[in-house]
Amino acid sequence: MRLLILSFLPLMLTAQTPSAQNGRKIFDSYGCYQCHDHDGHGGAGARLAPNPIPFAAFSKYVRQPTGEMPPYTKKVVSDSELADIYAYLQSIPQPPPAKSIPILNH
Amino acid sequence: MPNRRGFLKGAAAGAAALAAGTTPAGAQQPASRRGVTVPSASALAEETGPVSSAEVLTADRPGSDFMVDVLKSLGFEYICANPGSSFRALHESILNYGGNKAPELITCCHEEQSVAMADGYAKIEGKPLAVIAHSTVGLQHASMAIYNAYAGRSPAYIILGNTIDATARRPGVEWYHSAQDAVAMVRDYSKWDDLPISLPHFAESAVRAYQIALTPPYGPVLLVADSDLQETPIASDLKLHIPKLTLSSPPAGDMAAVAEVAKLLVAAENPVLLADRAVRTADGMKLLVELAEVLQAPVVGGKFPSHHPLNQAGGRGLIGSADVIVGMEVADLWGTINTVRDQLHRSVQTFTRPGTKVVSISAVNLDIKSNYQYFQRYPETDISIAADAEATLPYLIEACKRLITADRKRTLEERGRKLAAAHEQGMERARTEATYGWDSTPISTARLSAEIWEVIRDKDWSLVGGAPSRLWNVDTVYRTAGGGGAAGVGYSAPGSVGAALANRKYGRFSVAIQNDGDLMYAPGALWTAAHHRIPLMSVMHNNRAYHQEVMHIQRMANRHQRGITNAGIGTTLTDPNIDYATVARGMGVHGEGPITDPKDLGPALRRAMAVVMRGEPALVDVVTQPR
Repeated sequence: MRLLILSFLPLMLTAQTPSAQNGRKIFDSYGCYQCHDHDGHGGAGARLAPNPIPFAAFSKYVRQPTGEMPPYTKKVVSDSELADIYAYLQSIPQPPPAKSIPILNH
Repeated sequence: MPNRRGFLKGAAAGAAALAAGTTPAGAQQPASRRGVTVPSASALAEETGPVSSAEVLTADRPGSDFMVDVLKSLGFEYICANPGSSFRALHESILNYGGNKAPELITCCHEEQSVAMADGYAKIEGKPLAVIAHSTVGLQHASMAIYNAYAGRSPAYIILGNTIDATARRPGVEWYHSAQDAVAMVRDYSKWDDLPISLPHFAESAVRAYQIALTPPYGPVLLVADSDLQETPIASDLKLHIPKLTLSSPPAGDMAAVAEVAKLLVAAENPVLLADRAVRTADGMKLLVELAEVLQAPVVGGKFPSHHPLNQAGGRGLIGSADVIVGMEVADLWGTINTVRDQLHRSVQTFTRPGTKVVSISAVNLDIKSNYQYFQRYPETDISIAADAEATLPYLIEACKRLITADRKRTLEERGRKLAAAHEQGMERARTEATYGWDSTPISTARLSAEIWEVIRDKDWSLVGGAPSRLWNVDTVYRTAGGGGAAGVGYSAPGSVGAALANRKYGRFSVAIQNDGDLMYAPGALWTAAHHRIPLMSVMHNNRAYHQEVMHIQRMANRHQRGITNAGIGTTLTDPNIDYATVARGMGVHGEGPITDPKDLGPALRRAMAVVMRGEPALVDVVTQPR
């Protein structure tokens, strides 16, 4: 938790508390879902949730991706919007264990 | 050649000349005043005068009957066609002379559908299904599917109606629907074609075309059936003969080169076998398993049993640590061991380490053309064998066996144990990954696959469209059919119907994971499945978009730093959402959906399964996550 607060500190000083609700909305409207699915579980792109990578690494990659992901610069996604998206990813719950799903064990 | 129309015209002209004398050769008739046409004496005589004998209006045995004899001799079970006048005689001969059996005519709603069905059928049956297409326009419709078949090395067999003799064509449409070299537009991506001008010529070229289509590398062939040749009665004194068909044995690799490959493989610490299109037959799959087991080497891609411990799906990491890579019929060998990063400045990333030996065994270089770039980027190899991989496998296996000492065998077995453990870890990982988004709406593709598997796993199933989950037990060659060879959208729906047609006589349960955008190219395939009682369960992967293109537009918007919310314009299939269940029902197919709650999916699939078990097609529309 301490790490999380520190990683959000620059935003907390300048903006409102990140909104997971808005994050979910723009995760779809800004096209994140296209590669990561609507719930951040991955598809053409990597799985982002649950347990997203630290915000600093997340933000750095979104701005300057080293792989195939198209860059989302500040011109199109503000820092506060990025924080909202991150808050949304943090809100995504753990899936059920595989052993609890009968049809995955046949 | 005798000409049916020429005979009638000659008779009429002769009668006119007798009645009214002759007109000097080359003279033009003056135009009548005020647009009023005054019948000439000869025209009046033609219309009203007596004829010396009755006009011949019927024929007992048209050339098209013999064409059917030829098709029967080649063993075609089916012939797919959308009707067209340029092959009306052949169409009628198939029905009434041939009894509409072997081949049976399959009614298609589009020529792209006909050829894609042939492609799908061949992927299961290993031999061609015939197609008839209507001259210019029919071939234009068919061309995309022919390109898919060519790039995918599939043996489609296409007969093309056409009217060569310009003076025999009816005015108007028949001219639009005729060409002097009809096949020209697909010659860049077909293997062979001919324009027979006699029935003996037709027979010989038909048999040759079949042989060429089924000589690796397989490919589509075309035979023009001239309409006059079809419709003109067979002369009583014409001796007709259908040549014997002998399929060519596929080309195996040069033995010295094969021995070099064996040396590399046996000595390698981390070999990787890339199997892509290596397996053509059930025996081919057994041979691939044998090679992998002899070497205790991992197999990546292709038709290799999914639950075999040496199956290492998603083996990019293995490529990175490999010291020897053997690509067998790999459609894009360069792109398997390298990639191009899709950013503003494109850069190449190589996955292999320096010094890795790369081998290619592929028949594609034996039949390659220049214009269409299906052959992919040139791969740098250490040994390149221009031969059919499956035909080469027995020799490669024996060469490897000869080199493996008892000590080496122990080392290889140890490697096999490590690979088996990695395989088990991979399976467990796949199981865990499937849980993410398990209860999501839209439904995750992993949930979709798991629910389908639950329905089919105790059946003799065949996935005729889409790709299986790693968790499915793909244990024999017909379990998967693969997609369109050139990635041309619109293949999957008709291709899966063609593959299901091949599966029908074996009583297999055909299932397809059907993309929504693909279905909209040739949805008439559903009607064909209903009309011909082709059992097939189509399960929609309905992400309501041409999703690959959504991502491309998003990439451009991001790159240009503008309008990143607009990527759905021109790329999505919403407003209105397409109700595929209703579309299916409208074509006589059992339709379920749209399914949006994952809890409803299993019951819908079971209802559809019951329909398919009765011998009919069914479609379940599932609204899914994008990928």
